[in-house]
Order: sequence, then C-alpha cells, then structure tokens
Amino acid sequence: MEDHDNLKATELTLGLPGTDAIEKPTTAAPNVNKRSKEEEEEEECCGFTGSSGRPAAKAQVVGWPPVRSYRMNSFRERKMEKKEEDTTGIYVKVSMDGAPYLRKVDLGVYNSYEDLTDALEAMFKGFSLGKRIIQRQAHDLHESEHAITYEDKDGDWMLVGDVPWEMFVSSCKRLRIMKGCEARGLTSSP
Amino acid sequence: MVGGFRWAAMFPDEVWEHVFSFLPADADRNAAALVCRAWYRIERRSRWRVFVGNCYAVEPAAAVRRFPEVRAAAIKGKPHFADFNLVPSDWGGGAEAWVEAMVEGWPHLEELRLKRMVVSDDCLELIARCFKNFKVLSLVSCEGFSTAGLAAIAANCRNLRELDLHENEVEDNCLHWMSHFPESFASLVTLNIACLEERLVGLLHRVPQLVDLGTGKFAAQHHPELFSKLESAIAGCKNLKSLSGFWEAGPTYLPAIYSVCEGLTSLNLSYATIQGPELIKLISWCKNLQRLWVMDLIEDDGLIAVAASCKLLQELRVFPSDPYGAAQPISLTEHGLVAISAGCPMLHSVLYFCRQMTNAALLTVAKNCPNFTCFRLCIMEPHTPDYITRQPLDAGFSAIVESCKHLRRLSLSGLLTDLVFKSIGASANCLEMLSVAFAGDGDAGLHYILSGCKNLRKLEIRDCPFGDKPLLDNAAKLETMRSLWMSSCSVTLGACRQLARKMPLLNVEVINERKRGLPLELQPDNCPVEKLYIYRTVAGPRSDTPSCVWILR
Repeated sequence: MEDHDNLKATELTLGLPGTDAIEKPTTAAPNVNKRSKEEEEEEECCGFTGSSGRPAAKAQVVGWPPVRSYRMNSFRERKMEKKEEDTTGIYVKVSMDGAPYLRKVDLGVYNSYEDLTDALEAMFKGFSLGKRIIQRQAHDLHESEHAITYEDKDGDWMLVGDVPWEMFVSSCKRLRIMKGCEARGLTSSP
Repeated sequence: MVGGFRWAAMFPDEVWEHVFSFLPADADRNAAALVCRAWYRIERRSRWRVFVGNCYAVEPAAAVRRFPEVRAAAIKGKPHFADFNLVPSDWGGGAEAWVEAMVEGWPHLEELRLKRMVVSDDCLELIARCFKNFKVLSLVSCEGFSTAGLAAIAANCRNLRELDLHENEVEDNCLHWMSHFPESFASLVTLNIACLEERLVGLLHRVPQLVDLGTGKFAAQHHPELFSKLESAIAGCKNLKSLSGFWEAGPTYLPAIYSVCEGLTSLNLSYATIQGPELIKLISWCKNLQRLWVMDLIEDDGLIAVAASCKLLQELRVFPSDPYGAAQPISLTEHGLVAISAGCPMLHSVLYFCRQMTNAALLTVAKNCPNFTCFRLCIMEPHTPDYITRQPLDAGFSAIVESCKHLRRLSLSGLLTDLVFKSIGASANCLEMLSVAFAGDGDAGLHYILSGCKNLRKLEIRDCPFGDKPLLDNAAKLETMRSLWMSSCSVTLGACRQLARKMPLLNVEVINERKRGLPLELQPDNCPVEKLYIYRTVAGPRSDTPSCVWILR
C-alpha cells in the first residue's frame, strides 16, 4: 500500500494533490476505456478497492453513488450535528507573526474558510493595524497585511484557500498568519 | 370494423362500462378503446384513473378532455437521474400547467400523486380550494413548496385520507402547519411526513386509526418524558402497518415501537443510524415484515438474522451509511445478499449498495430467487470486478436475467463488458427499466439493448462508451419507449439532429450546461453532447425549456 502511494505521488495528473479524482471527460470512448484501465491497475496494486486507504475528502463523481440528493443532504446534516457533539475536536495551533503568544482553534467547529477567517480575525484583532487583516483570496494578498498559511501533512507551508474545505481540515497540522510581504512568495497564481 | 357498430350497440353503454371496469391495466383499456368508436367513447367516459409517466408526453388539457371522469391522477416529471443531481435544477417538470388543467376539467378529483415535479405553494392552495372531495395527496421527490402550502392542505381538505410527503425539498416556514389539521381527524390513514420536523406525539393522539406513519426528525433520547408519551401514542395506533422515520442514534427509545412491531408489514429504518445489534433486536420482533429498508449498518450478520426471522419478506433495500467511504469500512458484503436470497422465499425486489461482489454470489442469488421483479445492485466503486477472480461481473448479471424471467427493473454496476448487454438483450423479455453506469466496451452494448428487450420503457445510461450508431440504427425503438437518458457517453450533436429529423414523435433534448463558444444551433455535427434526454410525446416540443436545454427538430 505504501509503495503504491509513492508511485501515485510521482504521477502527473491534473487533479489536486491528495485526490483520487475521477474527472469525467465529455468526449469520446477512448478516454472512458483508458480511465477504466487505469483504475484496474489501481485495483491490482491495492487489491480490493476498500475505503480505508483513501484520504478522507475524496473527489467525487457527480451523482455517484446513486443515492438521492435528499438522502445525501441528511447524511451531511447528521455528520455536522455529530461534529457538534464530538468532544475531541480538531485543535491546531495558530501563530501570528509579531504576536507574543500562540492560540489554538478547533477546525471542527467551522464549515468554511469564511468562518475560519472571521474567527481568526476576531482572535487576533488586538495585534494588527489594518482593518482587513487577513487575505480572503489569493489576489487579496497585495492589499492585506497578513496571509493565512498552514503546514500540511507533508510538512509544507501552503496558502490557505486552494483546496476544498474538508480536504484542508483533514490535512492541516498548524496555522500561521504571516506578513503579507512574506506570503506573496507562496501564492499559487502565476 | 365490419359489424363493430352493430355489436357494440347490443348492450347499453353502462353494461360496457361495467365490463371495462374489470380491466385492471391501462394497457388493456387502451386496447379496448381502439376496437371501435363506440368503445372508445364508452371507455373514455368511464376511465377514472390515469397515470402520466412523463408530464411532457401529452398536453394537460388534452388528457383532461379525453377522460372527463377522472378521480385519481398520477404524474411524473423529471427524469430519474434528477435524483442524483445529473439534471439541471431549472430543467422543468413544473406542476402548474397540470394543476390548472385539472382544476378546470376534473373538479371531482380525489387523488393526486406527483413525483419529481416542481410544485409551488400556489398549486397546493389551488388543490386545497378547488377539489372539494380531495382524499389523497402524495408528493414524492418534489420541490418548490413550503409548509405554508401544506397548511392550506391541512386546513381545507377535510376528507384527507392519505398525506404522503416523502423525500421532498420543503421549505419549513410555517412551524405549526400541522395544527391546521382538524381536532378529530378520523379520515387520515396514511401520514408520511418524513421530511419535516414536527410535533409527533400530539398528532398521533388525534389519528389513532393510522395505518401508515412516517415521521420526521426527532431526537427522543434527549427527552425521556417525550419517550414515554411517544410509546403510549404509538401503542395507541392499533392499526399501524407501516413505520418509517428519521431516527437518530440511541437505541434507548426503540422499545417505544416494540408494541407495534408484530403488526408491521413495512419498516423503513434507512434514515436511522442504529447499529447492527439493536437493529437485529428490533427486527426480530417484526415477524410479518414484507418490506424492509435499512442502512448497511445492519451488516451481513444482521441480514442473516433478517433471513431467519422475516420469512414473509418481499422487498429489501440496503442503503449506504457512508457513500464516500471516508469512515471505517462496514462489514456488508455479498454474503448478506446471498443469505437473504436463501432465507426469504417471497423476496422479489432488492436494492443493495455494497463495496464488493462476486459472480458466484450472483449466480447463487439468481438460482435462489427466480421470481425477482426488481434487482438493483450498486457496487459503489465504478468498474469494480469480481474481487476474488478479478473478472468482470458479466456472468453474474447474465445469470440474473436468464433466471428471473419476470424481471421488470434492473440496475447494473461493477466492471461489465458488452457481453452482459448481449445477455440482457436476449433474455430480459419483461424488462421495463434498465439503469447502466460505467459499463460496456462500445456501441455493441447499446445495440444489444435497443434491438432486444422488447418491453423496455425506460433506459438511463451514464458514463458508458456508447455512441451514435446504435441510436440511429434503433431509432424506431425509441418511439416504443417512454424515455432514454444518456449522459457522459459518446453521442454527437449530428446524430441527435438526424434522430430528431427522422422521428417527429420524439422530443430530442440536448442539455449543455457549460455555456462556452457558439450556441448549439451553430455547433458542428461532431460536437459532443453532454446530456441527452429523448422521450416520445404527442404534445410536440415543450415551451418551458431553460437556456441549457435545446429541443432539436
């Protein structure tokens, strides 16, 4: 299983890192066949395509498995309610450049980047000068004082906001609010 | 026709009407109506139940005109794959045109069943106001209405016998809509509101004659006094045959329903996160169960217990508790399915979500259950082969269609080649609905289906390498079917244009949600078609298409 993961890490794909994306082509037969062969090879390596090997936030094919969206919504609602009941939480340290001490946040209580950013702004309000402290999108970097970055499972420092929320929550180890000028080196836009 | 006029006049119309009343199926009545003009006239005046499988297949006014005495109508709107977000949300299926025509032409309507339609509060208010003897309202997988609309129904339909609202997207803006029901509601026999939170206990006391109860959300484990009230309220419903609901984890309140378990013929626990052992305990009380819907939390062990206790079981549905496989794997495998097939001799309808399957298991199931009418297997990972032999599951599904001669509905999954379609085309003579995803090698697969399966009505396909040729070669077949859906296949615009020109009685709808480049009229023939929905109609192209839908002529 581990060897297989390494092979996958070096594979060139258009999918986001950490996803097992089954991106749908809209055109001809050959693509579909090729995809199925790739997946067969995957299955050869892993053995049975069980669920335990996959990362938590797998990129999903639209409308598959064929469960009514109504039922899906009630799963999602239940998961969120369950998250509220969970006492463990997903606590990560948050540091801000220039602040004398760190804080901790429970990523499990937020549902989106917006929520998280609002909470961090509130938490660190005392330590900054500008009205909009934290960048909301990559292009805001030029305007805001600070940028939120995080350390992922591989130990790399990433700009917050690129990947789907659930994927971020599952891979974030700690947060760092760094000065805008330093953060501009991290932006993914060309 | 010679002598047709003479012998039809041998008896007064009422006698023929009485004879026709023994014809159960619409197909039979349709056939009778073709015999002669007299029978056409008599039949149309005596038909009181209509089923419209596709709301766009006929103009509402035409249907109402032809059958003036209708008391019960059932209408379906969006294609089935709309349930899985494959159809744009503004595609259509609005109910207004039908409700307005019915209010005009069928003032004595008593029963209305709508599925996958957009129903506004205005529609509900019209229904509540205009149909004086309204008895049955069933809205399944519908959207566009709120509890305010339901309040109108509750307040005005004094003879309501059945209110079935399951799996709708309802806006909850009228908290106490159920208080509009009369104090003593002796007519209500079926109440399924499994899409809303509500005050269940108070209602149950008002409707002790309830036969079918579907509850919304309630978390009884937080309210112990509510639990005992619930227990006595449910026990008071002595006629309860069918139960469903949104039951959260916490087996502590399950005993509240033990008192009615033995009488239950239908139990829907597919929204309940009850784990295996509690489920087994509950089900062991339900010896007379004919229909069981559960989550895969029941696992193989639970299904083995069901096979042992529920000998009258006819229909089983097992839903995935975790469709994206992020949590711990559940021990629900092909063994559970085989156990049920062996232990339940009356089983004829199955929907089974799982992660692994073998041809051997399917062969065993086919041998155990030759009476299947509906077999839907969903192996959740596309292209999954037999996990032991690594072979495609062609042999397994072929065994199913060859053994189950009365099979009317089939859903395929797993790794499948064109071979399985060859078997289906050749053997599935009663098949009316087929769902295919991520299967097949090429055009031959679709050709086998369209050139065989003589009773096929609905075909829905996604992500298969099927192209233009089988469609064009089998164009005539499409007029014998209700509808065909194809998405993410290999169909081109040119073929759709040809089909539309060749078959005037079909609406060929091309759905293109990515609006880039030229409008569809100017696109070349080799432009790939994302989504295609073809259906037969006598109403011509519909006038309510959104911007992402083109009807080719």
